[in-house]
Amino acid sequence: MKKYWQSLDELKETPEFLDSKKNEFAEDVPTEVLGRKYLTPNPSPNGEGSEEKSGFSRRDFLKVMGFSVGAVTLAACETPVNKTIPYLFKPEEITPGIANWYASTYFDGHDYCAVLVKTREGRPIKIEGNKLSKITHGGASARVQASVLSLYDSERLKGPVAKGSETTWEKVDQEITAKLSAGNVRILSSTIISPSAKNIISNFSAKYPNTKHVTYDAVSYYAISKANEGVIPSFNFDKANVIVSFGADFLVNWLSPVEHAWQYAQGRKLDNGKKTLSKHVQFETILSLTGSNADLRVPVKPSQIGTAVLNLYNALASMAGETKLNASGKVAEQAITDSAKWLWANKGKSLVVCGVNDEAIQTVVAAINKMLSNYGSTIDVENYSNCHQGNDAHFADLMDDMKNGKVAALIVYNSNPAYTAPCFADAIKKVGLKISFSGSMDETASLCDYVCPDHHYLESWNDAEPKQNQFSLTQPTIAPIFNTRCAQESLMKWSGVANPNYHEYIQSTWERLLFPADLGFTEHWNESLHNGVAEIIPVIATPSSPSLPQGKGFNQAKAVHEEQPKGEEEAHGVVNKMSLSECASIIAKDKGGDVELVLYEKTGMGIGNQANNPWLQEFPDPISKCTWDNYITMNPTDMKDKYSLLERGDYMGDVVELTVGGQKISAPVYPQPGQALGTIGLAYGYGRTSAGKVAKGVGVDAYRFLQWKNGTVQNSVSGVKVSDAIGEKHEFACTQTHHTMMGRNSIVQETNLETYTNKPKEEWNPMVAVAMHDSTANYHEGPAAEANLWDAHDKPGFRWGLSLDLNSCIGCGSCVISCSAENNVPVVGKTEVRKTREMHWIRIDRYYSSDMNLEKGDEEGKGLIESYREMESASENPKVVFQPIMCQHCNHAPCETVCPVLATTHSTEGINQMIYNRCIGTRYCANNCPYKVRRFNWFEYDKNNMFADVNPATWANDLGRMVLNPDVVVRSRGVMEKCTMCVQRIQEGKLTAKKLERKLMDGEIQTACQQSCPANAIIFGDLNNKETQISKHYDDERRYLLLEEVGVQPNVFYLTKVRNA
Amino acid sequence: MFKEASIREPLILGDSVSYHQISEDVARSVEGKANKMWWGAFSIAFIAMLWGFGCLAYTVGTGIGAWGANKTVGWAWDITNFVWWIGIGHAGTLISAVLLLFRQRWRMGINRSAEAMTIFAVVCAAIFPVFHMGRVWMAYWVMPIPNQFGSLWVNFNSPLLWDVFAISTYFTVSVIFWYLGLIPDFAMIRDRAKVAGNKMNEMIYRILSFGWSGRLKDWVRFEEVSLVLAGLSTPLVFSVHSIVSMDFATSIVPGWHTTIFPPYFVAGAIFSGFAMVLTLVLIMRKVLNLEAYVTVKHIEYMNIIIMLTGSLVGIAYLTELFISWYSGVEYESYAFINRFSGPYWWAYWSMMTCNVVSPQLFWFKKIRTNLMATFILSIVVNTGMWFERFVIIVTSLHRDYLPSSWTMYSPTWIEVGIFVGTIGFFFTAFLTFSRVFPVIAQSELKTIMKISSKMYKNKTDNHHH
Repeated sequence: MKKYWQSLDELKETPEFLDSKKNEFAEDVPTEVLGRKYLTPNPSPNGEGSEEKSGFSRRDFLKVMGFSVGAVTLAACETPVNKTIPYLFKPEEITPGIANWYASTYFDGHDYCAVLVKTREGRPIKIEGNKLSKITHGGASARVQASVLSLYDSERLKGPVAKGSETTWEKVDQEITAKLSAGNVRILSSTIISPSAKNIISNFSAKYPNTKHVTYDAVSYYAISKANEGVIPSFNFDKANVIVSFGADFLVNWLSPVEHAWQYAQGRKLDNGKKTLSKHVQFETILSLTGSNADLRVPVKPSQIGTAVLNLYNALASMAGETKLNASGKVAEQAITDSAKWLWANKGKSLVVCGVNDEAIQTVVAAINKMLSNYGSTIDVENYSNCHQGNDAHFADLMDDMKNGKVAALIVYNSNPAYTAPCFADAIKKVGLKISFSGSMDETASLCDYVCPDHHYLESWNDAEPKQNQFSLTQPTIAPIFNTRCAQESLMKWSGVANPNYHEYIQSTWERLLFPADLGFTEHWNESLHNGVAEIIPVIATPSSPSLPQGKGFNQAKAVHEEQPKGEEEAHGVVNKMSLSECASIIAKDKGGDVELVLYEKTGMGIGNQANNPWLQEFPDPISKCTWDNYITMNPTDMKDKYSLLERGDYMGDVVELTVGGQKISAPVYPQPGQALGTIGLAYGYGRTSAGKVAKGVGVDAYRFLQWKNGTVQNSVSGVKVSDAIGEKHEFACTQTHHTMMGRNSIVQETNLETYTNKPKEEWNPMVAVAMHDSTANYHEGPAAEANLWDAHDKPGFRWGLSLDLNSCIGCGSCVISCSAENNVPVVGKTEVRKTREMHWIRIDRYYSSDMNLEKGDEEGKGLIESYREMESASENPKVVFQPIMCQHCNHAPCETVCPVLATTHSTEGINQMIYNRCIGTRYCANNCPYKVRRFNWFEYDKNNMFADVNPATWANDLGRMVLNPDVVVRSRGVMEKCTMCVQRIQEGKLTAKKLERKLMDGEIQTACQQSCPANAIIFGDLNNKETQISKHYDDERRYLLLEEVGVQPNVFYLTKVRNA
Repeated sequence: MFKEASIREPLILGDSVSYHQISEDVARSVEGKANKMWWGAFSIAFIAMLWGFGCLAYTVGTGIGAWGANKTVGWAWDITNFVWWIGIGHAGTLISAVLLLFRQRWRMGINRSAEAMTIFAVVCAAIFPVFHMGRVWMAYWVMPIPNQFGSLWVNFNSPLLWDVFAISTYFTVSVIFWYLGLIPDFAMIRDRAKVAGNKMNEMIYRILSFGWSGRLKDWVRFEEVSLVLAGLSTPLVFSVHSIVSMDFATSIVPGWHTTIFPPYFVAGAIFSGFAMVLTLVLIMRKVLNLEAYVTVKHIEYMNIIIMLTGSLVGIAYLTELFISWYSGVEYESYAFINRFSGPYWWAYWSMMTCNVVSPQLFWFKKIRTNLMATFILSIVVNTGMWFERFVIIVTSLHRDYLPSSWTMYSPTWIEVGIFVGTIGFFFTAFLTFSRVFPVIAQSELKTIMKISSKMYKNKTDNHHH
C-alpha cells in the first residue's frame, strides 16, 4: 500500500514526531498563556518553559485580530439600550464602567462612621467602611450602609416649602430674614460634630444676639457626660480583659457601635493560636445583641440595674478596702460576686459600662471604673467623643420657654423632636417662626412654617470631629438631585453672607485653624480629603507621621470648640457632681413596678430617622428576626403565666393594650426569650406618621413613653399596664420562625475556653465520620470527606473560599445590607416576608439554647415526640449563637446535579455559579439545597406594581433605580438567585492585577459582606495558595464544615465558637 | 344428571346478550343524544376547567408568587398534583398491557375507559411540571434539542430530565396503544353509520378507523401489534413512576432520600389508578347502561387489587418509619417524627387512614361487592393518595436540615383553582370521550362471549324436558 506523508519526520516516524502527534494542536495557543502567568499564583513547575515559547507570532496576531474584529462586529449587532445618555464631553475623572471611590463621613446626629463611597457614572451606589479611620476601622453598620438608598428617596423634598406650598429660595430667605430679628431665636439640633458648622452657628448668633443653640439627641447619653466631668469618654473594649455591661448595647447601638464592635472583636479573636479571650458579663432587661454575645448574661429589671451597680461597687469596695454604699437589697448575687472577682483580678484592664441615662447610676459606674483604675487605660477621657452632646436640661428649658411663648423663632436642624420628644408638638404651638432644615416632610417639618431642605450627606460638604484630635471630611459624591441647599449655607445666608459657599468656608476654617498655609495647606487638605480622615496629634504624644502637622494644628482645633456660644459649653460642663452616697439614696428610691417597660433601639432602625428606607425596614432584627415591625417583647414564661397569650406567637401575635400614664397604644406581643421577667420592651423608630410611604403604618411609636426622671430622659418606665389579649391577631413578618437547634449541635459548634485550650481537638471539634464499606465489604467509620459519589473538580488556578469566624461574628447583620446593596437584592415588603420569601443572599441564623435535649428527655422518661416538642422552645434565659449563612459554594453541589438545564454549574475557581439566562425556574435546586440559601424570584420585583411602594429598584421609580449596581444584573421573574461570592468583584480584582501585570494579592478582593463586617469575621481568599489568610484559617483547629456529613464539600467554612465560660 | 362443572362467573351478564346487542349497547352513547345528566356533569366540569385555565393564566402573567410556596418549600401543590395525576395515569396501561400479557380477560370490560383515563390523567399531570416553572415560556429548554445558544445541552444527571423522557414516552405509547384498540371499534361505528345513512359520522369514523376491513389479515396484525405494544408498555408502567419517585429519591432532602421509593411509588400508583378507574366506571356503567359488561365481578377484581396495593403501600409506610429509626440518622428520624407528630400531622394521619386502613375493608366480600361502598372508598383512596404526595413533598421540605429555615406552607386560591381546573379538564375530556368514542372495547369483548356454549346448553336443556 502506498504511504502518504507530510514531512520527513512522519515518514521516518521519529520519536519527536510521535510525541507531537499526541497533541491535537501543533503548538500551544499562546493567548492561553497571556495573563495566566500573572494570574496563576502557583505557576506550574514547567510554566517557565511555556512562557518562553509564547512569543507572539504573526499567526497569533492574525488570530487575535480576527477574533477581536469578530467580537466587535457581533457586539455592534446588539439592540441599542434605551435611556442611556452618552457623555458628550467626558468628565476627566469618569470612565464609564469604572467605579470612582470617594472618602467621606457619615454622621446623622447619632451614628458616626468614616466611609468610602463608590460611585459609578456619577452616582453613589455603595457605602463601605474606611479602613484608614482610627475610630471605625473600616466597619460600617447596617444603617450606614443603607444610607445611600435614602439619597434616592423619591419622597425627599424637591425644594423649599413655605406654609405647605413650594416656593423659591429667594422668597424663603427674604421672608425668614425679615422675621428673624424679632425676639429670641433658638436653634434646636441633634449633636453637631462639625467644627465649621459650629462656627457658622456662632456667626449666626453674633448676627442675632438672642440666639441660643440647644443640642438634643433622640436617645440621650447626657448622664454619662455628667458623670464624667462633662465629656463622654472613649471606651476601649479592645484593651479590656473583662467587660461588665449594665444594659449598654455597645455592639450595635450604644455610643459608637462600629468602633466598639471592632474593639470587641479584637478581644474575641483566636487567630494565630491565641488562647485567651476577653470575658463579657451583661446585666440587661431586653435581650440585646450585645447581651446575646456575652459569656454570662443576667436578666434584670430596669429598676434593679441601679441596685446591681451598687452591689458591684460594694463587692469591689470590700476588696479595695473602701467604704461601702447603702444598697437596698441584692440583685443577682452570684453573678455580681463573680464579676467583681474577675474585674478585680484585671484591674486597669477591665471595663464597666452602663446604658442607663441616669446620673446617679452613671456616677457609681464611673466610681467603679476609677476604683479599678480603668481611667487612662480602657477609658480615655483625653480623646473624648463628641458624637453625643445632647443636653437634656437645656432641652427641658427650651420646652418650657416655648410653652411660655418666650421663643420667637425656632430653627430645627437634623432633628425630629415632634416624633422623638413627646412634649414637643404641644410646645411648638406658641412659637412665632418655625423653620426646619429637614430633607423630607417629617413630623417636625410638617409643623413648621418654612422647610428649607438640607442636602443629603452624599451631596454635601462637611467636616467632623467625632473625637478629640480625630477629624474627617464629608465630600459630595453627586450634584444635589433636588433644589436643596446645605443647612449651613442657609444659616450663612441668613447671617448676611451674600453668596455662601460651605465648601470654601470649611477650607478656610481648616486653613485658619488646622493646617495653616505655611505648613502647606493645599497638600494637607488634599490628603485629608483623599483619606477622608485626619488625625491631628497633640504635642505631648509621640511624633506621628510627618505628613501631618503637629502641635499648632491641635491647639487651633481646640479653639474651634472654644468658639462655641455660651449655652453650648455647658452641654459638656460639669454641673454639681453628685456624691456617691447621694447617688445610692437616689438609686434606692426607684422601687420599680410589677411590669416595667424598656424602650430600645433596633439594630437596623435605630432612632427611626431612616424609617423610610426599605432596606432597613426589611432588615431582619438580629435577635427577633422580625422585619417591618416593632412589637412588645415579653418573655414567653410571662406570656403564659401572666397573660395567657399565645405560646408560639412568633407567626401570629396577640394584640394587647399597653397603658402608661395617660398614653395608650395597642401592639402585638412577640415572645422574646431572655427578656427579664416582669418587663416588656418596645423599639423606637416605628409608628412614623409622616416619614413617607415605606414607613407608613409600620409599627407603633415608642417615644411617647419616654420619661423625665432625676434630671434626664430615661428609657425605662414603671407603672405599666398590659391588658389581656384584646382579640385581635397580628401576623409578624419574620425571616426565622424556628429558634432552637433541635439538638443538632453540629450546626453551630461551640465550646468553652477551658476545653479549647486544654483538650485535644477531637474532644471539641471531632472529625465527622460516616459509615462506610471498604472493598471487602467490611464496615468501618471514615471521614465524611472521603465518601464521594463524584470526582473532584479540577482547581487549576484559584480556589475561592470564605471563612466565617463564629467567635468574631457578633450577629449585627451589616453584611446583609451590604450584600443587598452590592448585588441589587430586591426588597419584597411585609406581605411577602410573611410568606417567607425574603430575598437576602446572606442571612444571620440565630439560635437559642433549649432546656430540653434528647438525653434529658430520655432520662425523664419522655418520649421522642414530647422531647422534640419541648426542644422547640427556648430556655427562659437562653444562650444565643449567630451564624452567617450564604451559599456554601459546595464542591459537590446538590443543586448542580438536579437542574435539568444546567443553569447552575461549578466554576474552575470553586464558585457555584448561577446562570440566570439559562434558569427556567423549577426550584428543584432550592429544594435540594441543605442550607436553603437559594432565593427564587416569585414575581417581577422590578416591574410589578405590587412592589412599587417597597422595592426601590422598580421601573416606575427612576430615582430609586439609581442605586442599582450596574455590574450586577437585576434578575427577572422566575429565576433562581443566590450568593455569587461577589463574582463581579473577583473579576474586577483579577482584571486589575492582569492590567498591572502582577499577581493578585491576598486581601485585594473583598466580598461585600467581608468589607462591611466591623468584626472582620468574614475572610475571602484563595484556598490554593497556602500563604493566604484564609488558608491559615483553613488549617485552624477550629475549622468545621456546616453539615459535613451530607457530603457536599462546601468551600465556605466556619470556625468554632469559643465562649469564655 | 349431567352437571356442569362450576365455572367462573361470566364476564358478560344477561341472557339476551348477543353480538348485535353488544354493538347496540356500545354504539348507543356515540349515536344517541346526550341526556340532561351528561350535560349537567359536562357543564360543571367545563366551568371548573375554565376556572383552572384562568388561574393558570394568572400565574403565568404574575409569577409563581401567586402560589403559596416559599424559600423553604419550593414545591407544594404543584408537584403533589403532578405525582397524584401521574399515579392515576397508571391503571390504564397496567390493565391493557399487563393484564393482556397475563391473559386476564376481565380487563376487556374496562380497559378502554381505563386507557382514556390514563391519557387524560397524564395530560393533567404534565400541566404541573410545565407550569410550575418560573419561566414557562422557556419550558422547551428541557428538551435535548440543538439550539443556537452555543453548546448548551440538558443535564442528564437531573431526575427532572428523566421525568421529561419517561412521561413523554409513556404518553406516546399509551396513546398509540389506546388508539390501536379503537380502530376495529371505529370501523364498527363507521359501518353502522353507513347502514343508517349518517354521512357525516361515516366520513369521520372512516378516517378514524384507518380503513379497517375486518379481514383476517387485519385481525392478525392487530393482535400482533397489540402484543408488541403490550410488551413495550409493561416496563413503562413500572418505569414511569419509578422515575418520578427518583425526583425525590436521588435528592438529599431527609424524607425524600429513600431507596424504597421506586417500588413504593409504583404500588401507590396502581393503587390510586385502580381507585380512579372504579370511580369512573361505576358512574359510567350506570349512566350508559353498561351493567351487563362492567359487572360486579369486575368491580370485585379491582377491589382486590386495591386491597393488595393498599397493603403494599402500608408496608412501605411502615418500612420507612422503621428505617428512619433504625438508620440512626438524626435528620432522617426527625423527618418522620415530624411527619406524624409535627404541624402537618393531620395530613399524615389522613394519608394513613385513607390508604392503609380503608382498603382493608375490602377483606369483606360484602363490602367489595357493594357498589356504593366501593364508590365511596375509591374516592377515599384517591384523597389518601393525594395526601401521601403532600406529606412526602411538603412535610419533608418544610423542616429539613437547618432549623433556621423551617417554615410553614399553605396554598393560595390560585393553586387550589388550578388543581380544581385539572379535575375539570379530566372530566370534560372523559365525558367527551364517552360521547364520541366507544367506551368499551366491543371487538375484544365479543371474543369472550359464550354464545355457542350457551346455545348448546339451551339445546340440551330443551332435549331433557
